[in-house]
Amino acid sequence: MGNTAASWKNATKKLSDGYEKLTDTILKHKKIAIPLLYVILIAIPFLGPSQYFIRVLCLIGVYSILTLSLNLIAGYMGQTSMGHAALYCLGGYFSALLGSNLGMPFWITIFFGILGGALGGLILGLSTMRLSGSYLAVITLAFAEVVEMVILNWNDVTNGPLGVRNIPRPEIFGIELTTANGGFYWLVIVLVTISVLVSMCVVNSKFGRAVRAIKEDELAAKLMGVHTAAYKVKTIVLSGAMAGLAGAFYASMNRYIDANTFNFDVSMTILCIVIFGGLGSIPGMIIGSTLLIAFPEVLRSLADYRFVVYGLLLIFMMRFRSQGLLGGLSKKPYKLPKGVLRPGEQDQASLGKQVK
Amino acid sequence: MALLEVKGITKTFGGLVAVENVEFNVNEGEIVSIIGPNGAGKTTIFNMLTGVYHVNGGKILFDGKEIQNKQPRDIVKAGIARTFQNIRLFPTMRVIENVLVGEHINIGYHFLDLLFKTKKYRAEEKAAHQRAIDLLVSLDLGDQIDNYAKNLPYGMQRKLEIARAIATKARLIILDEPAAGMNPQESEELKEFIRKLRDKGQTILLIEHDMSVVMDISDRIYVIDHGRKIAEGLPKEIAVNKRVITAYLGSGDVKKDDNETENS
Amino acid sequence: MVLEQILNGIMLGMVYALIAVGYSLVFGILRLLNMAHGSIYAFGAHMALFAVSVNWGLPAAFIFAIITTGILEMLMDSVILAPLRAKNAPNITCLISVIGVSYIIQNMLMIVFDSTKKSFPKLFDFGNVTILGVTLTSAQISMFLIALVFLAVLTVIVNYTKIGLAMRASRENAKAANLMGIDVRKVVTFTFFLSGMCAAVAGVLVSGYYQMVYSTMGTEAGLKGFSAAVLGGIGVLYGSVVGGVIVGVAEALAVAFLGGSFRSATAYIVLFLVLLIRPSGLFGKDNIDKV
Repeated sequence: MGNTAASWKNATKKLSDGYEKLTDTILKHKKIAIPLLYVILIAIPFLGPSQYFIRVLCLIGVYSILTLSLNLIAGYMGQTSMGHAALYCLGGYFSALLGSNLGMPFWITIFFGILGGALGGLILGLSTMRLSGSYLAVITLAFAEVVEMVILNWNDVTNGPLGVRNIPRPEIFGIELTTANGGFYWLVIVLVTISVLVSMCVVNSKFGRAVRAIKEDELAAKLMGVHTAAYKVKTIVLSGAMAGLAGAFYASMNRYIDANTFNFDVSMTILCIVIFGGLGSIPGMIIGSTLLIAFPEVLRSLADYRFVVYGLLLIFMMRFRSQGLLGGLSKKPYKLPKGVLRPGEQDQASLGKQVK
Repeated sequence: MALLEVKGITKTFGGLVAVENVEFNVNEGEIVSIIGPNGAGKTTIFNMLTGVYHVNGGKILFDGKEIQNKQPRDIVKAGIARTFQNIRLFPTMRVIENVLVGEHINIGYHFLDLLFKTKKYRAEEKAAHQRAIDLLVSLDLGDQIDNYAKNLPYGMQRKLEIARAIATKARLIILDEPAAGMNPQESEELKEFIRKLRDKGQTILLIEHDMSVVMDISDRIYVIDHGRKIAEGLPKEIAVNKRVITAYLGSGDVKKDDNETENS
Repeated sequence: MVLEQILNGIMLGMVYALIAVGYSLVFGILRLLNMAHGSIYAFGAHMALFAVSVNWGLPAAFIFAIITTGILEMLMDSVILAPLRAKNAPNITCLISVIGVSYIIQNMLMIVFDSTKKSFPKLFDFGNVTILGVTLTSAQISMFLIALVFLAVLTVIVNYTKIGLAMRASRENAKAANLMGIDVRKVVTFTFFLSGMCAAVAGVLVSGYYQMVYSTMGTEAGLKGFSAAVLGGIGVLYGSVVGGVIVGVAEALAVAFLGGSFRSATAYIVLFLVLLIRPSGLFGKDNIDKV
């Protein structure tokens, strides 16, 4: 046991060290590396992969958005949601029903999907803003059950247990996007990029700082003038909107959804990836999604044991690297906004001018 | 008119009267101390001032406006910020971020601004960071901005907590036992630090146990015992006040009940 | 009709109470939501099923289930949770670890016993009994009585024995209890055993009542017991019993008047409403944040 522990620790450490070196290099050559990464990602469908492969990549994208969404609540606000699939579900159903019943095009229903998720987040947020810690986990779980119940019973609207069929696909200039022509894949790249950018904007702002302060010490945050209840609700709404986006995309890609599409296992998978990737780490969400979604597809023989492996992964992670693969405190200096000099630099800058 | 006027505030917990009819005021630019034995109700007074506890009776006027029983954030906005007896920083946030949270109420952009990184957002963020750095430099924490709050030595954590409170642009800073847990050298530095703040025009109200600190820096002192004010005056008056000495040391009179327990 | 449903609800509610008490016991001492409790309940039912299938007879199966399940909870504590406590890991770390345990147990049950629904024998059969004009089946009554007996036993253990005193002391203040010479480690282990016992008893009773065992049975029952515990104020034992009965009655009424598809969501709706009004549950103490 001790041996495995040590090697596990070593492996994750090596991985995260390697990752840090990699990101350092990428950041150094940011202007080349990031466009290059995108060129490679965009080029993949042209290399003739199977439709199945593209589908797995799309799923990774969907889970990246979902985990980025949960990361806002779990990583920054420090609360656990065990029913995140409910928000995903609301997004999927809002978008799918409008598309398949009223024939609205995807580009409109996707906004209703976002709205649906946000609405779910609002209900969840308002009902939990007075609660903290473990209770949010329970309420989200209960909320997921209630959403499922409504979907199964409100036959006239949701088509009950039969689910929603023939969900329209998006079209661009009359061309329908499919997984076969790579359209969905490119779309998901755009959506993941948007989610990453939104996460980054939120984190590096007074919003993100307030939310993290709530996680660290709610009372102290309150006594610094932070409207803690409002920020909690806002965060859950934003998270819901992102999950709704993922739902709308998935519904359209899969063309069929039912209540079981968004079950407890989905919630748990999202939570697992967030923990595995590293709470509060944006790249961690994407790398975590890639590894954990690809793993059952790659190791088909282990597919039955998928959730056993997830369980073990959670336990090992918590025991030996509770900050996750890429979480934890960054050792890099704090990034100041452009034009703000760090203390000490000021003198040198003016000194430099004098020398010239 | 005093900056802070406390008029007969009372706080009861169930049947227990923790603070009864306490009155005091703080003038602009003063350092005022509240002292008293353990469990006298000092922290309770602070909690009422900052909106943590509900006031059962009396009024608190800040800058002429009633602030009792308002939400803590409204009190911060009105201009009162505090520190805590047992330091409550945001431990895994950086030093500069701690100060930026203090600036929260002074950063005026909205959600859409940050989403689209508007001009307003960039300007406000830049100004806020600049203010934070200037503040930290002025408090000799300039070389610590990248550090995480939990990694700072104790004395610096105290300073950072005060910096965070100042960042709210509060007109009155209230310090809850700032010298607690400090060695003589550290508390000497703290005294110097608080004096410097006052000289910059900051009004300060503090609770303190360390008599050397209180006597050296206070302009005026209020003494609380058993939830009541028993004395007020200049440090040198308080030092020779009989009731104060009795409250602290006991009177030698057997009847006097000093089995009080800490309830702060 | 209403009275009948209320009685039905109370019968079933006692089992929820038993599950809820399992949550409360652990939460009381460790402030941990034992999210593996539902899976452990399913484990208990499967152990009984195994014992029955090798013809040990019901009483032996019952005891076998209690012992194995108790040991499983103890193992979970000593292998997974104790090391985390030793390094003062934050609460969420423990919570996520038990979620992991829950996953492993449930999926191992699925792999070993397969995921179909398997039949389980009735516990007792002494015909129907009529109380207050309401006919109750022997399964219901035996379920109620056995649950009641176990709850009584638990009450006695917690309130009138030496180990119970140690448990209560540790719950108030583990550090102080430790200084007073109480082996808190042992108390925690014992608490987990008791909690496992509650899960196993509830598992067997429900299996006997529905005459059915399946690997994912723990999810729903676990969540209901959990709702019941939170409803009553988690950590408060009598609160859990009241919460269990409320959930049971609400569910029975919902099924009778709204339809069977509302069964599983009733508990959460009740929970939702209660928490909105009283964030710490019916009998829970408010957490006052000290400054």
